[in-house]
Amino acid sequence: MSQLFHHSTNTLARVSIFGAVFLVAGFFGVVTLLDRSTYFTRQTEVLRQPVPFSHDHHVGAIGIDCRYCHTSVETAAFAGVPPTATCMNCHSQIWADSPMLQPVRDSFRTGEPLRWARVNDLPDFVYFDHSIHIAKGIGCAECHGRMDRMPLTHAASPLQMRWCLDCHRHPGDRVRPRAEVFNTKWEAPPGAAALRADLAKRYQVTSMTDCSTCHR
Amino acid sequence: MAPTVIAPGHTAATVTDKIAAVVLQRTPLWFYPAFGAAFMLLMTLLYAITYLFAKGVGIWGVNNPVGWGFAIINFVWWIGIGHAGTLISAILLLMRQKWRTSINRFAEAMTLFAVACAGLFPILHLGRPWLAYWLFPYPNTMWVWPQFRSPLIWDVFAISTYMLVSLMFWYVGLIPDVATLRDRTKNKIGQIVYGMMAMGWRGSAKHWHHHDTACILLAALATPLVVSVHSVVSFDFAAGIIPGWHTTLFPPYFVAGAIFAGFAMVITLCIPLRAAFGLHDFITEWHVRNMAKVMLATGLIVNYGYGIELFIAWYSGSPYETFMLSNRIGGPYRFIWYALILCNVVATQFLWSAKVRSSAVALWVVAMFINVGMWLERFVIVVTSLHRDFMPSAWGMYYPTKFDWMTFLGSIGLFLSLMFLFVRLLPMISIFEIRGILPKTRAGERSA
Amino acid sequence: MSAGETTNILRHWRSLEEREAGAAVPSQRPEFAPGDELLPDSLDRRRFLQLMGASFALAGLGACTRQPVESIVPYARPPEEVIPGKPLYFATALTLGGYATGVLVESHMGRPTKVEGNPEHPASLGATDRFCQATLLDLYDPDRSRAALHLQRIRSWEAWVQTLEPALEAQVALQGAGLRILSGSSSSPTLAAQMQRLKARFPQARWHRYEPVSRDGLRSATLAGFGKYVEVRYDFSQADVVVALDSDFLVSGPGCVRAAHDFMSRRRVRDGQYGMNRLYAVESTPSATGAVADHRLSLAPDLLLGFAFGLGFECGVIGTGQVGPFASGDLHHWLNRVGVDLREHAGRSIVIAGDETSAELQTLALAMNYYLGNLGRTVLVSEPVEVEPVSHVGSLRDLVQDMRAGRVEILLILGGNPVYDAPADFAFAAAMEKVPLRAHLSLNEDETSELCHWHLPMAHELETWGDARAFDGTVTVQQPLIDPLYGGKSVHELLAVVTGESERKGIDIVRRTWKERLGAVDFEPAWRRILHDGIVPGSAWPPQTYVFQSDWVTQFCLALVRELIPRLERKDAGIDLVFRADPSLHDGRFANNGWLQELPKPWTRLTWDNAAILGPKMAADLSLKPEDVVELELRDTIVRAPVWVLPGQPDGVVTVHLGYGRRRVGRVGKGTGFDAYPLRTSAGLDRAGGLRLRRTGERWELASTQVQRTMEGRNLARQGTLLEFRSHPEFAREAAHGAPPTESLYPGYAYTGHAWGMVVDLGACIGCNACVMACNAENNIPVVGKAQVHNGREMHWIRIDRYFEGDPENPQVVQQPVLCMHCENAPCEPVCPVGATMHGKEGLNEMVYNRCVGTRYCANNCPYKVRRFNFYQYNDRDTEVLKMLRNPDVTVRTRGVMEKCTYCVQRINQARIQAKKEERSLKDGEIITACQQVCPTDALIFGDINDAGSKVAKLRQQPLHYGILEELNTRPRTTYLARVTNPNPESGAPPEPRHGGPRGH
Repeated sequence: MSQLFHHSTNTLARVSIFGAVFLVAGFFGVVTLLDRSTYFTRQTEVLRQPVPFSHDHHVGAIGIDCRYCHTSVETAAFAGVPPTATCMNCHSQIWADSPMLQPVRDSFRTGEPLRWARVNDLPDFVYFDHSIHIAKGIGCAECHGRMDRMPLTHAASPLQMRWCLDCHRHPGDRVRPRAEVFNTKWEAPPGAAALRADLAKRYQVTSMTDCSTCHR
Repeated sequence: MAPTVIAPGHTAATVTDKIAAVVLQRTPLWFYPAFGAAFMLLMTLLYAITYLFAKGVGIWGVNNPVGWGFAIINFVWWIGIGHAGTLISAILLLMRQKWRTSINRFAEAMTLFAVACAGLFPILHLGRPWLAYWLFPYPNTMWVWPQFRSPLIWDVFAISTYMLVSLMFWYVGLIPDVATLRDRTKNKIGQIVYGMMAMGWRGSAKHWHHHDTACILLAALATPLVVSVHSVVSFDFAAGIIPGWHTTLFPPYFVAGAIFAGFAMVITLCIPLRAAFGLHDFITEWHVRNMAKVMLATGLIVNYGYGIELFIAWYSGSPYETFMLSNRIGGPYRFIWYALILCNVVATQFLWSAKVRSSAVALWVVAMFINVGMWLERFVIVVTSLHRDFMPSAWGMYYPTKFDWMTFLGSIGLFLSLMFLFVRLLPMISIFEIRGILPKTRAGERSA
Repeated sequence: MSAGETTNILRHWRSLEEREAGAAVPSQRPEFAPGDELLPDSLDRRRFLQLMGASFALAGLGACTRQPVESIVPYARPPEEVIPGKPLYFATALTLGGYATGVLVESHMGRPTKVEGNPEHPASLGATDRFCQATLLDLYDPDRSRAALHLQRIRSWEAWVQTLEPALEAQVALQGAGLRILSGSSSSPTLAAQMQRLKARFPQARWHRYEPVSRDGLRSATLAGFGKYVEVRYDFSQADVVVALDSDFLVSGPGCVRAAHDFMSRRRVRDGQYGMNRLYAVESTPSATGAVADHRLSLAPDLLLGFAFGLGFECGVIGTGQVGPFASGDLHHWLNRVGVDLREHAGRSIVIAGDETSAELQTLALAMNYYLGNLGRTVLVSEPVEVEPVSHVGSLRDLVQDMRAGRVEILLILGGNPVYDAPADFAFAAAMEKVPLRAHLSLNEDETSELCHWHLPMAHELETWGDARAFDGTVTVQQPLIDPLYGGKSVHELLAVVTGESERKGIDIVRRTWKERLGAVDFEPAWRRILHDGIVPGSAWPPQTYVFQSDWVTQFCLALVRELIPRLERKDAGIDLVFRADPSLHDGRFANNGWLQELPKPWTRLTWDNAAILGPKMAADLSLKPEDVVELELRDTIVRAPVWVLPGQPDGVVTVHLGYGRRRVGRVGKGTGFDAYPLRTSAGLDRAGGLRLRRTGERWELASTQVQRTMEGRNLARQGTLLEFRSHPEFAREAAHGAPPTESLYPGYAYTGHAWGMVVDLGACIGCNACVMACNAENNIPVVGKAQVHNGREMHWIRIDRYFEGDPENPQVVQQPVLCMHCENAPCEPVCPVGATMHGKEGLNEMVYNRCVGTRYCANNCPYKVRRFNFYQYNDRDTEVLKMLRNPDVTVRTRGVMEKCTYCVQRINQARIQAKKEERSLKDGEIITACQQVCPTDALIFGDINDAGSKVAKLRQQPLHYGILEELNTRPRTTYLARVTNPNPESGAPPEPRHGGPRGH
C-alpha cells in the first residue's frame, strides 16, 4: 500500500505538537501583557479636552496651588473640577480674547458647563476619598505624578487594583510631610525611610486592606 | 471457563474485520433518526443556554432558600456517570481483568462525554458565567487569588485533571486501532484523518513497548482520580453546614454511588449497541454479568449509605438533623425520596438473582431504574436539604421551570450526539486488546 | 355644548360603566404579575439570534475590556455651600392625613436621596415611619403626571388659569355659590389663611373635606364629649396601663412614631429595673399593636363594643354596664381583670380607641379616660390641629347632594381620589358628572382625574413650599428639596389663583403667612431659624381643660345599651365585614409605590395584594384555603377577593384592607389586589354586618414572604414574662439548643481595633417595617415584583420574622428582625470560590459585589438565610428619573451577584474618615445604621462591642442577651435581647399559653 504521508510529515507532526504548547503559552502571555499595558489602562494617554489646559504652565510655571482649582480635595471624596467661574477669575483679564479660551468664555456667558474628559477614571464600584489621603500625608504626586510637568494632562498611574494594593499594603513608604503634600516638586531627602517611618507614626498611617475600604 | 470473554472460533483477522466493519460499513438506516433525535435535544440545550445568558439564572427555579437546583443535580449526576470508564480501564487494567477489554473503549468514551456534560453546568449555574475564569488561579491585575478554602475550587482542579487524564488515556488506547482503520479504509479523507490520529503508528515492537508502558503509567495515574474526583465533588456538600449535607459519610458514599451509576450507564448503552451492531461475540454474557455484580456490590454500599445517613440524623439528637430526617420522609418532597428508594434500593435487589443478571432485557431495565434513581438521589440531597434548613421563617419550595428541563434533557442530547458520532467514527471496542486476549495467540499475529 | 364636550360626556359614561364593571379580581392569573414590568423586558428574535452566536464566544473576554472615556461636568457657576460628594441636610415635614412628621432630608447635589427623622420634632424625635421613608419613591415615580391635561389633551398651566379665571369672575356675582373645593384634611396655617381670603372673596363658596381613612368617629366623640371639636392626644410615657380598643396606635395615626417611642420607653427591663407598663389589646382585626400586647383578645365588632361598654362600667362610667357575654363567664373575668388594673392605675392609664372606629367606641373610650381621671394627665386635650375640623362623611355628603342638585358649577379637587375611595352609596362619580367645570390636582393621573375636565399635576411635598402641624400642634415650614420635576403646582399655588391674591409662587404665599405671624421686624433671621430647625418654636398647642359633658354621655350610654343588648344577643348575626386602611398602601394613595407594595404586612407577611382575611375556624367551617377566590356579597354588591387564613382573626369576621384594585394607576399598582371600596358605605365606614361569602372555585396567587407559621420548636425568638424574668433573669440564654462548640478548623481572628456589632431588642420591636424601608432607601435595594416575591426572591436585607405560638384562634405573636449576623465564624466566607465575601479586620462580613461570580454557595451555607441574590437585572438601569433616587455611596448591584446587609459600611467608612481627619477616635453613637436611625423604639442598637463603654457592649452584658443558632459556632455579631412581656399576674381567662420561657420546649 502506498505511503499516505510524505516523510517530512514526521517532523511536521513533532513541530506542531511542541508549537501548540508555545502557542497556548504565548496567547496567555499576550493577554497578560495587554491587560497591564497602558493601552488598556489609558495611562499616559492624552484625551481630547474642550480646552488644551496645561498644568505645566499653570502649576509649573506660574505656581498656582492645586487647591486653587481642586477646592474640595481636603474636605471631600472628590477633589473637585473647577467651575468655569474659577477660570474666569484670571481669564477675564489675562488672555481675555484668546481664541483658545473661547469655549471657556462661552460657558461662562451661557452658563452651559464645560465637558472635560475624565483622565483618572476609577471603576464605579471603587470608592476613593481624596481628603483622607491628603490628611495622611500622601502627596498628589504619588498618584498623579509630576503634574507640573504635564503640558497636556494624562494619567500617571495604571489605577489597577494591584497598584492600589501596592501602596495600601505598605502605606508608610509613600508618606511625606503634610506641608509638602501639594508640592509636586518634593523629593524625598536622603534617609527618607526614617523620616517616613516617623511621619507614619505621627499621622497614624495604617494599612487598610479590608475589601470594604474601597468596595461597598 | 465458560462463558468466555470472547466467543470461540475467532482469529485476529475475524476480530479486526468484525469490529472495524462497524465503522467502515455504510451507515445503517436506523442511525439517521437516532442521531437526529439526539441532535434536536442538543439544539434545545443551545436555545436554553442562550436564553440563560441573555436573562440570567432567574429563568430557572432556583430561589431563596434553594440556591442550587437542576444545574448542580445534573452536574453531580453526570460526573457520577463519568466514573465507570476510568474505573474499568484503569483499575481493572491494573488488576489484569481480561473481561474489561471489550467494554473499556466506549466506557472511556462515555466517561469523556459525561464529564463534558458535567463540566457545562458549574459554568452555566453562575450568576455571571462570563467571569468563570476567575475560579482559576492566574496572575491578575487585581492581585487576588481564588479562595483555596472553597470546595468549588477543589472541584475545578479535580474535574479538569480528571478530564485531561481520561482524554489522554482514551486517546493513547485508541492509537493502534485508528492505525488499523487507516490501513483498512478506502476513503482518502478517512485515511488522512485516521492517519494523523495514528501519529505514524506502525506496530513495531518498539511502538508496542512504549504503548504498553504508557497505558500502565496512565492507568496508575488515573486510578487515584477515580476515587478523588467524586470525593471532592461530595465536599461541595459535606463542607457545608446544611443538615443533610454536613456529614463525613459523603466521600465514600458518593464514590460508590458514582461507580454504581457509571456501570448502570455502561449497561444502558452497551446492550442496545451490542444488538445494533451484532457484537455478541465480544460483549458476552460474562461481561454483562460481571458488570451486574459490580453494580450489586456498589449498590449495596449506596444502600448502606442511605441507612447510615438516616440513622446518624436520628442518633445525633440535633433538632435540625432529626428534622431533616423527618422532612425527607414526610416533607413535601417525600415522594421523590420514595421513588429514590424504589429505584436504588428495591430495584438493586433484583441483581441478586442470576436470572436477572444474565437476562439482557431485565438488566437493562434495572440499569434504567438506577440511572433515574441516582438523579433523584442528587435531587434529594440538593433540594430537600436546602428548602427547609435552620430558619423556619426562610423555608420555601423549589419548582423547576421549563428551562431547567430543557437544559437537563439538552445535556442528554449532547451526550448522545457525541456517543453516536463516536460509534460511527471510531472502533468502539478495542481491537488490539481483544486480539491480545485471543486464546493462544501472541505478538506475531498482532499487526494485521 | 361643543362637540368636544359631548364626546367628553360619552367618554365619562363609558368609563362609568367600566367602573361598575370593574372592582373585581380577574378570574385567572394575569399574564404578567404586578411588578413584572419592572424587570427587563423579553428579547426579540433578532437580538436573541445575535446572542445565540455571541454567548458562546464569551470565555475570558471579560478580562480585556477597556474603560470607556467618561466626562466630568463641573458647574459653570458654583452654587453656594454645595461641595460635590458631600450631602446636605434640610429640615422639612411630611404629612399624612394632614398631620406632620418632621424630617431631615439628605440631598446629594440637589437630589433628595434619603429621609431621616428630625430629632427636634415632637412627632419624630429622629425616627420616622414607613411612609416617610417611602415618599422618595413617590417623588421620583416615573408614572407621575407630567403635564396639565384638558380632556386628556396636554395644556399648559397658564391655559388652565385662563379657563378658571373667567369662571371665577362669573362666580363673584353669585358670591361663589357655585364654587366648591374638596380636599383632604389639612393642618396648614397658610391654607387656613388662604381659606379666609377665599371666604372674603366668595362668601358662599364651600370647602369640603374628605379622607377615606378619616377620624370621624373621634371627631364626633370629642364634639359630643366637649361640645366642640378638640384635639385629643396621648402621653404614653406617663401611662402604666394601656387598653387599646381596635387601635393600632403604635404604627398608624397621628404621632404614631412618638407614641411608639414613649410607649416602649416604659417597657425596658435593664439592670434590675423591673418597671413595665402593660398593654391590653382588644381588636376585631389583628394589628401590629395587638402583636406586642401583653394580653390580646380578638372580638367581633359588636362584641368589642359590648366589651367597651362593660369596661366603662368598671371605670365608673355612669350609664354603662356589663351585658351579654360580659355579664358572666370567661369574658367577664377577663374584662374584670382589665377593669381592676385600670382602676388601680387611675390617672396613669390610657384607654384608646382606633382612629377608624365608630363614634360609640370613641365616646366610651373618652368617657373612661374622663372617669379614670386620665384627662389632663395621660390624655391631653387641646385646640384642634386640623384647619376647621368637620365630619368628613357629612361634608362629602353635602357636596354630593349639591352636585346632584346641580348647585355646583366649579369643583376643585385638591389631591385625594374620591371617585375611587368615596363611600359607595354616594355614587360620587355620577354626581360629579353634573359639574360643568371640574379640575383635579394630583401627583398621578388616577380614577378621579380621568373623570375631570382638567387634570393638574401636583407638586410633591419635597418639591414645594408649605407648612403643617404635628399631632401636638407644632408647626413645621416645609421647604422644597428640589424644583418640581414635572412642573407640578402646590395646593397653595392653585388656591392663590382662586383667591386672586397677588402672591402666586409657593414661597411668597408661605412667607406672607409667616410675615403676618412673626411680624415684619427682623423676620429674616427668624424665618431662617425656622427653616433650619424644622420647627416653629412655641407653636405647640398647650393642653387645655374643657368641660366634659358627662350628663350627655350618660344619656348616650343609656341610649346605646338599648340597641346594644339585642345586637349582642342576636345569634343570626351573620358575618361581619371589617374595613381597615392597608398597612402599606394606606387608603390607596401609595398604590404605585413599589417599596410599599413589596413591604410584607404585619401578621400576614403579604405583599402586592390585599385579601379577605378569615380566622382558621371560619375557614375550616367554609372549607376555604388561602388563595381561594370568594365572592363577598354585601347588599347586592359583589366583590371577588382571595382568601387569607390568619390565626388570631376573630371568628365570624372578615377583614378587607382598602387601597388596592386601583383601576387607573401606574405600572406598579396595576393588577394588585381587589377594590374593597364598593362594599364600603357611609353607613359603616369601619364595618358592615350581614356579609355573605361564596366560593368561586377559582384561585388567586398571593405572595407572602413567610409561609411557615411556627418556630418548629427552635428557640429563635425567645420571650418570657416579667415574673419569669425576675425569678430567672437568664432564661433566654438557657433556652439555647446546647452550648456552642468552641473549636474551629480555621484560626480565629483577633479584633484589636473596633468590633462592630448590633443588638436587636425583641421586646422593643413593634414590627412597623420602618427599618425595612429605611434599608431599601439607604442601600439601593430593588423592587422585584409579585412573581419574584412569590418565588422567594425578595431582596430585603432586613426582614421581620413572625412566629405564632399557642392557640391558633388567639395566638401569641413574636416578631424578630433578622439581618446579616456578621458571624465571626461565618459559614458563607470559606465557601466562596473567588473570595467575594471576606472577613474584615473589624469583624464585618464584607460582600464584594464586583468580585462575585454568583455561585450562590454562600447563600446556601448561610444558616440565617439573609443573603439575597440578583437572579435578574433587578435594579432599573434605564429609567432616568430613578437614577436620581440612588444613594451614590452604595454600589448599584447588577444581575448575577449576591448581596446582603453590610451594617451600612458606607456610613462606617464616612464616620471613620471624618474621625481620622480630625485625629480623634470614633465616638459611640457616631455611626448609626439606617435601620437603627429610623427605629422609633430604639430596638436596633449598633456599635463597637470592643468599647466597654458603648451602648451595644453594655446591652450584650444584659441577662436577656442571646444569639440565635449559636450552637453552630457561628459566633454572630448581631445578637438579641429576649422579649419580656408583662401579663397581668392574676389574669384569668382566656388563658394565653407562653413558650420559649424558662419552661422552654
